[in-house]
Amino acid sequence: MRAQPADLPIQFESVTVSAGAVNILDGLSLVIGAGAPTMVIGPNGAGKTTLLRVAMGLIAPSRGVVTWDGVAAVPPARRAIVFQRPAMLRRSAADNIRYALNAAGIPRGRHDARIGELLALVGLDAFGTRPARRLSGGEQQRLALARALARDPSVLFLDEPTASLDPAATKAVEDIVRAVAARGIKVVMATHDLGEARRLAGDVVVLHRGRVVENSPADEFFRSPRTAEARTFLAGDLLL
Amino acid sequence: MPPETSALQMILTADPTLWAIVRLSLIVSLSAVVLAALIGIPLGAFVALTRFRGREGFIVLLNALMGLPPVVVGLAVYLLLSRAGPLGPLGLLFTPAAMVVAQTVLVTPIIAALSRQTIEDLWTEYRDELTAMDVGPFARVATLIWDGRFSLVVALLAGFGRAAAEVGAIIIVGGNIDGFTRTMTTAIALETSKGDLPLAIGLGVVLIGIVIIINALAWMLRRAGERMAG
Ligand SMILES: Nc1ncnc2c1ncn2[C@@H]1O[C@H](COP(=O)(O)OP(=O)(O)OP(=O)(O)O)[C@@H](O)[C@H]1O
Ligand SMILES: [Mg+2]
Repeated sequence: MRAQPADLPIQFESVTVSAGAVNILDGLSLVIGAGAPTMVIGPNGAGKTTLLRVAMGLIAPSRGVVTWDGVAAVPPARRAIVFQRPAMLRRSAADNIRYALNAAGIPRGRHDARIGELLALVGLDAFGTRPARRLSGGEQQRLALARALARDPSVLFLDEPTASLDPAATKAVEDIVRAVAARGIKVVMATHDLGEARRLAGDVVVLHRGRVVENSPADEFFRSPRTAEARTFLAGDLLL
Repeated sequence: MPPETSALQMILTADPTLWAIVRLSLIVSLSAVVLAALIGIPLGAFVALTRFRGREGFIVLLNALMGLPPVVVGLAVYLLLSRAGPLGPLGLLFTPAAMVVAQTVLVTPIIAALSRQTIEDLWTEYRDELTAMDVGPFARVATLIWDGRFSLVVALLAGFGRAAAEVGAIIIVGGNIDGFTRTMTTAIALETSKGDLPLAIGLGVVLIGIVIIINALAWMLRRAGERMAG
């Protein structure tokens, strides 16, 4: 068990991200603290991906600030993300992980052992020498997860990591998320799979049109959602 | 050289005149490609990865310069290197070095423009991942060049093809001096006008052979790149 991640909480203070006239995030305020996974749910276009990218420091807010552990400056090194559509480097699966280990400054002597562990963790032991870009969508998604974990992050962002996985692979990834969370790594995960949110969430953030419409502990949220938007989304109706 | 010697005989018997010319051509064009690569790849990477005023215009210019007319380049380099020109004191005019300079000018925009495209496309694809991994600027460029290596080598081959086949620039700055600055293309131009067709045809065959080999190499590299990297 790792100590509480030093980098938390992640705090969004009135964060607005504009693209032309529209606000993709609209004065969003949110605190993500330590603990079980935070599941960010909401319909297509709600701003989930944008929220994760702002947290990672890939997009600068047009207004407002994001702070990590009360510090407004750059986000910490020990953060990692699995993108909704991960890009595979033009190398073998193993060398994609090796690249991440290198970038994270992990000593070369440890690379081979770590690559073996990570490939096994995501069920790709047999794929190490295959060109990463030749793997199937689901295999690439799992390789991206292994590559993100190579950084040994304290906070791990996952953008719909199971969206293109079959049931067995989905279960495998959810098991990894649980194991990772149990080791004290903070997981922040976007999804629109309510079953998955129910299975993994410590708390739930509901996004709608770039705003947080609800933010509660998971058991409370699924028992009695407070807002009309959340009820509509839970009922499976189209949220417009 | 007896006039009845045929082009084929010259190639098969490794006629010394013919091979001296082929050798010089290869040395000049390869040197030009190496120099153009040393300038063009970093320039392409710089334009691909930075934002500056006039960038769009510069890219259009770079693409346009891929089609520079060799005689114009020859003229410009001639003016530069001629006795009265700014680089006149170097005494390079009518030497192989002058031909290398002219072909470098000709090939650099090709390599720079193709590198820019390759590196920028890769960067679009990799940007989020590399930024999320906190990859620094130098490692970033190294990654993009390494992962784009097959396309970059194809760009070098395109540059070499252009250099090996041109006549306009090197005939002006080299002077087509027998045994000193005579290359395949300048010799073909001269021998044809003199009516010495066997040497012209022999050189023509060798030149086409080289161009075919270059294209075969480019094609094989692309295939290898696709196989290895997906
Ligand atoms: N660079 C951009 N320029 C203009 N609009 C953008 C840009 N990026 C995102 N958007 C818009 O912002 C909205 C939110 O996008 P985002 O990708 O964050 O949604 P999401 O919740 O992740 O959706 P999904 O569930 O489909 O992945 C969308 O309507 C999208 O079209
Ligand atoms: Mg998204």
